[in-house]
Amino acid sequence: MKLRQLAHCRTGDKGNTSNVSVFVYQQKDYPFIEQYLTADRIRAHLSGRICGAVRRYCLPGLGAINFVLDDALTGGVTRSLAIDPHGKCISGLILDLELPVP
Amino acid sequence: MSATEPRVVRIGCGAGFSGDRIEPAIELAERGGLDYLVFECLAERTIALAQQARMENSQLGYDPLLAERMGAVLPACVTNGVKIVSNMGAANPVAAARRTAEIARSLGLSGLKIAAVEGDDVIAVLRTDGASTLPAEGAASPIAWDNIIAANAYLGSTPILEALRLGAHVVLTGRVADPSLFVGCLRYEFGWGEADFEQLGKATLVGHLLECAGQLTGGYFADPGVKHVEGLARLGFPLAEVSSDGTAVFTKLPGTGGLVSIATCKEQLLYEVQDPGAYLTPDVAADFSGVCFRQVAPDRVEVSGAGGRSRPELLKVSIGYRDGFIGEGQISYAGSGALQRAQLAVEVVAERLRLTGVPLRESRYDLIGVNSVCAEAQTGPVPSEIRIRAVGRTRTLEDALRIGREVEALYTNGPAGGGGVTRSAKEVVAIASTFVPRDRVVPRVAIETV
Repeated sequence: MKLRQLAHCRTGDKGNTSNVSVFVYQQKDYPFIEQYLTADRIRAHLSGRICGAVRRYCLPGLGAINFVLDDALTGGVTRSLAIDPHGKCISGLILDLELPVP
Repeated sequence: MSATEPRVVRIGCGAGFSGDRIEPAIELAERGGLDYLVFECLAERTIALAQQARMENSQLGYDPLLAERMGAVLPACVTNGVKIVSNMGAANPVAAARRTAEIARSLGLSGLKIAAVEGDDVIAVLRTDGASTLPAEGAASPIAWDNIIAANAYLGSTPILEALRLGAHVVLTGRVADPSLFVGCLRYEFGWGEADFEQLGKATLVGHLLECAGQLTGGYFADPGVKHVEGLARLGFPLAEVSSDGTAVFTKLPGTGGLVSIATCKEQLLYEVQDPGAYLTPDVAADFSGVCFRQVAPDRVEVSGAGGRSRPELLKVSIGYRDGFIGEGQISYAGSGALQRAQLAVEVVAERLRLTGVPLRESRYDLIGVNSVCAEAQTGPVPSEIRIRAVGRTRTLEDALRIGREVEALYTNGPAGGGGVTRSAKEVVAIASTFVPRDRVVPRVAIETV
């Protein structure tokens, strides 16, 4: 099962840092997502795109997790050679993350 | 108004970036019942580009769409008593105020005070020690002063409050933290002081949720089959009904497209946020970690639970600097063997740039449709059409132009069946950041009267 079936996602950027926030549709899925969606899993899933550290902030009351991806934007929107210098497409990639069927 | 009647301020957002749609702002001005209409139009790099425009013509340097937006919304705003606050002043708020006054006169409007907020330009403050370079976060090495175009500190809500106290109907700023554009209005209405951090945290949440306009009302949200949004082509922009206790209801106008739901609000809550417990602006360290949303009616979401702690002592400064050039070329291939022909095209362009000695500081070759967004994203079948993109960083415009020319030369010298070449070369204005002590930044308010 893909993460997209349980959650939605938005990406933002500040300088060379990206943030990816993940929101479960149903609160009952939150504990599983919080347990499975570690910073390491996100970094591994995006290994073709990011190289820096991943920090994770959990907001159980909102059913949300915010991932902050350092040095993720090859210089940031003003310098990067990438076709998506904001990293806005990262949200679509995150939702493709494969989950073990609970 | 009696003491028991809850006081509500209606504040809308008419633009979430400089190129945003204009009709949704006209709708808000005409029938939003608003007290304030705020336009957030200044991205990180925009002010450096505006500074370049000002260096060429001292009467320019404000938002290129200023005249169009003001012409569109001023009549309704004046009729309905809606005050306008915007960072469309960019690198030249005084000229923006003067231009706005001209537009008001040409529309036959009078009795208006138009305020310009200055003081965010801190080049002189940073340059006092006579050093030839400036160290900055986000730059590969200290930046040579000769390459620096602009350095602007993020101002907070106080100068906007001052402008409103001077009776301004329109407030035009340069660099101000985006939420502070809204916080200034709410402080004026509710009398919150600069040390009322709990209230400033709530006001900052209101500003943060509104500042990207359509991103709160169903824009940047739709995902067919999973998240449905009706009427994206006529998306309504958001407004907040803010109470004196800092709680707020977010909505959009009846008859407009889009959606205001808990899910759209949550996505915007964390947009461009790092630690939700400490969202730093010049006004406050806002705490969004305890925020609650409640759907009180269709397209109406009540928000509560934000807090705040004391504001940072240092102000962030964005530095815009020239950082060489980027040249680019693209060409498409289709049908069976498209991937192999595209890969061959990439090899040819890379070899040509080597053979002809184009000095590249950095380069990148993408197969659009395969790996351009993420190097390892391709998991499905090979697409039936692929576009290659060759891009490189150079010191000169001439070298940048040669990258696109080598791609164009694939028409007659490359693999079979390449088509649709585009090429470009541009100067890079990059952004880095540093910090200055708050007391080194002195905002000023000037009023233009119509």
